[in-house]
Amino acid sequence: MAHSHPHAQHPAHGEGHYGHHDLEELRKFGFWIFLITDCILFSALFAVYIVLHGSTAGGPGPKEIFEMPGVIVETFILLTSSFTSGLAVLAMNAGSRKGLIGWLIVTILLGACFIGLEVTEFVKLAEEGHTISSSAFLSGFFTLVGTHGLHVSLGIFWISAVIIQLVRHGITPVTKRKVQITSLYWHFLDAVWIFVFTIVYLMGVM
Amino acid sequence: MLDKIKDFASWFFVTGDPLIYGADIAIALTTLAIVFVLTYFKKWNWLWREWLTTVDHKRVGIMYIIASLLMLFRGGVDALLMRTQLAFPDMKFLSPEHYNEVFTTHGVIMILFMAMPLMFGLFNIAVPLQLGARDVAFPFLNALSFWLFFMGAMLFNMSFVIGGSADSGWLAYPPLSELTGSPGVGQDFYIWGIQISGIGSLMTGINFIVTIVKMRAPGMTWSKVPMFTWSVLSSCITIIIAFPVLTVTLALLFLDRYLGAHFFTMDGGGNAMMYINLIWMWGHPEVYIVVLPAFGIYSEIVSTFSKKRLFGYGSMVFAMMSISVMSYFTWLHHFFTMGSGASVNTFFAITTMVIAIPTGVKIFNWLFTMYRGRITFSTPMLWTLAFIPCFVVGGMTGVMLSVAPADFQFHNSYFLIAHFHQVLIGGVAFGYFAGLYYWWPKMFGFKLNEKLGKWAFWIWNIGFYVCFMPQYFVGLDGMTRRVSTYGWDTGWWAMNFTSTIGGFLMGLGFLFQVWQIAHSIKFMEKDTTGDPWNGRTLEWSIPSPAPLYNFATTPMVTDRDDWWEEKERIAAGHKPKAKPELEPIHMPKNSAIPFLQSVCWFAVGFGLVFHWLWIAIPGFIGVFATMLAHSFNYNSDYYIPVDEIKRTEAAARRSV
Repeated sequence: MAHSHPHAQHPAHGEGHYGHHDLEELRKFGFWIFLITDCILFSALFAVYIVLHGSTAGGPGPKEIFEMPGVIVETFILLTSSFTSGLAVLAMNAGSRKGLIGWLIVTILLGACFIGLEVTEFVKLAEEGHTISSSAFLSGFFTLVGTHGLHVSLGIFWISAVIIQLVRHGITPVTKRKVQITSLYWHFLDAVWIFVFTIVYLMGVM
Repeated sequence: MLDKIKDFASWFFVTGDPLIYGADIAIALTTLAIVFVLTYFKKWNWLWREWLTTVDHKRVGIMYIIASLLMLFRGGVDALLMRTQLAFPDMKFLSPEHYNEVFTTHGVIMILFMAMPLMFGLFNIAVPLQLGARDVAFPFLNALSFWLFFMGAMLFNMSFVIGGSADSGWLAYPPLSELTGSPGVGQDFYIWGIQISGIGSLMTGINFIVTIVKMRAPGMTWSKVPMFTWSVLSSCITIIIAFPVLTVTLALLFLDRYLGAHFFTMDGGGNAMMYINLIWMWGHPEVYIVVLPAFGIYSEIVSTFSKKRLFGYGSMVFAMMSISVMSYFTWLHHFFTMGSGASVNTFFAITTMVIAIPTGVKIFNWLFTMYRGRITFSTPMLWTLAFIPCFVVGGMTGVMLSVAPADFQFHNSYFLIAHFHQVLIGGVAFGYFAGLYYWWPKMFGFKLNEKLGKWAFWIWNIGFYVCFMPQYFVGLDGMTRRVSTYGWDTGWWAMNFTSTIGGFLMGLGFLFQVWQIAHSIKFMEKDTTGDPWNGRTLEWSIPSPAPLYNFATTPMVTDRDDWWEEKERIAAGHKPKAKPELEPIHMPKNSAIPFLQSVCWFAVGFGLVFHWLWIAIPGFIGVFATMLAHSFNYNSDYYIPVDEIKRTEAAARRSV
């Protein structure tokens, strides 16, 4: 990118000197508040699922259609990706761009595997005739789990964009903040998945 | 081929009603006039550079206000159409189907496309200036919020001439709003219009929380924050908790309609009652979202025009914050009659009564602030004074409605209609009018004509009581809401007719306001002081209109009502506070992305309304492309050099 870097010209900018705010701090704080809203979004979807999970309209319930081995593999993959995303941040703090980019790539590859398995699960269900329009239970299931999956997919694209920027600009206050925010997002999705795994799958088959 | 086009057009465009044809012609002529004026005066470039791509909070605020006043006009026309239909028994002015559309769009527009943007406009105008900040925390996001609201509003309004409007009430209860009850595209326009602008509202909530928490001027501790800013904080906290629920609710309704899901359907195990719970979990906090900033505006105005510090600052803050928490625990009072059982109803009846207590606290705070104050009766103060008795009556009828057993009588009657119009007009609209008059000189550098303003004020107020007081009684007489006509034998005619007169009086009041604005633009003198009301907070310490960077040097705050204390100190012969040296000011660059991305969102919404994926998918791609373009742009800010600041300040002071 041909643009000169504004932060290089004005080193005082990042330090929040008199009258100017540390923009990267503001953005991180803003992202935490966004996560609150996302948390509420998922709580609403969980509430809807819990209300509807028994309304199978004569069709199959959770016990009949969930296949736990695949779900457990998905869970382990996503948990590992959260760990590697943490390793990426550690590498960044150590100043290693190579390590950072490497671990980020591992993270998105694991994320892609997770999405691959989830899509396979959804396709299989659809082939067996269990779709979003089959019953209220399945509407709730596909929407809740699908919303999580969409979040993860978005995260994959987002982290990819950050990787390209890291290649171009190196570790700067701006790219550093971007990595921190995406990693926060990724851990958040992991935490949401733990609830999905417990409430939808474990409590479903028990 | 020609027949095909004809078929398409008669399905695509709304046809058959002379009122709609009139509107079609009016829209076409207005569009042509705007295009002509912009071209003739060569203003396209100006429009793009100064407005469509701006990220300046003051300009974004002005655009919000213009858009919301246009929406007020449209919502008001809807109201007068309804009042005309109800003026006499057995009227044939609107068909029942058309009446359904009109009351639906009236409600949606007034709350979501009039009250919300007018509120955001005032946030934008006043909050950064009250904080002593250069802009909001995320200026780019702020512009994006505005354009999302604008495109959402356009999408919703479009249904009026294309495809047909939603007609299942402003909250679209299923199963009526499901495909079985509303097979047309109107309901989808409703979903996407609100969804797109709702995302904007959510982002504004985040933006202002960060602005207020992180960007207060040095020395402005929490006990020195101006009361309007406090009210914005409480409102934004409510926004970030409530709006995600709206997003989910509308998304689920969309899935029901688009993919045949069974969330709220009557078959397949769906649960329509769940929609009503979800929508009111947003809907009830929503009314507090719009009224809390109005409370903040009244607080600023009462204290400025009484020349006294606000009475009970701490209790006011506590009252606002407790309202924003309690507002989540009252939603069920909107449907006591829908079979939740006595114990659940009791819980929500009590929470509803409890929330009246902090509101009462505020009323006393305002009264005690005025007590022994030197009151000036300017238009902002007049609206504030009119608000107090109006809101007390509106609040008391609300407490009557909160008594669950009695609510079985009041439910869905005109008593309810009168109640919520009294709190929403008397509380919210009066407050925003007051705020608009109060901050107008800060926005444009001149006051609005007081004489015409007083005419507008009295006509509005008389109109209000003439319109809504009879509705309480016609409601107690058994008239229910959303009926398009009634018979002579009901005995409701006299009260309905009176109410219609009042409605038209309010319309006349609005015309007076339009006249007032037009007249003031032409004739009012420039306010050279920057402080026309002898104000108390930081926004009055800078020239009007505020320069691009707001404050040449960041103010150091030492007191609550800092600017007032500074004036008192100077009057007592002390030196003004020392100002630091000028430094280059860091500013965000204009960006076309908020506008372009919102256009893409519009395409997404429009495509999904008509199930035209060939529009929706390019729209989605556009949304992602613009997001990436923004992420990859590292050249988004610049510095205003000291020389330029000196020149701007000198020019502003010369006119002082």
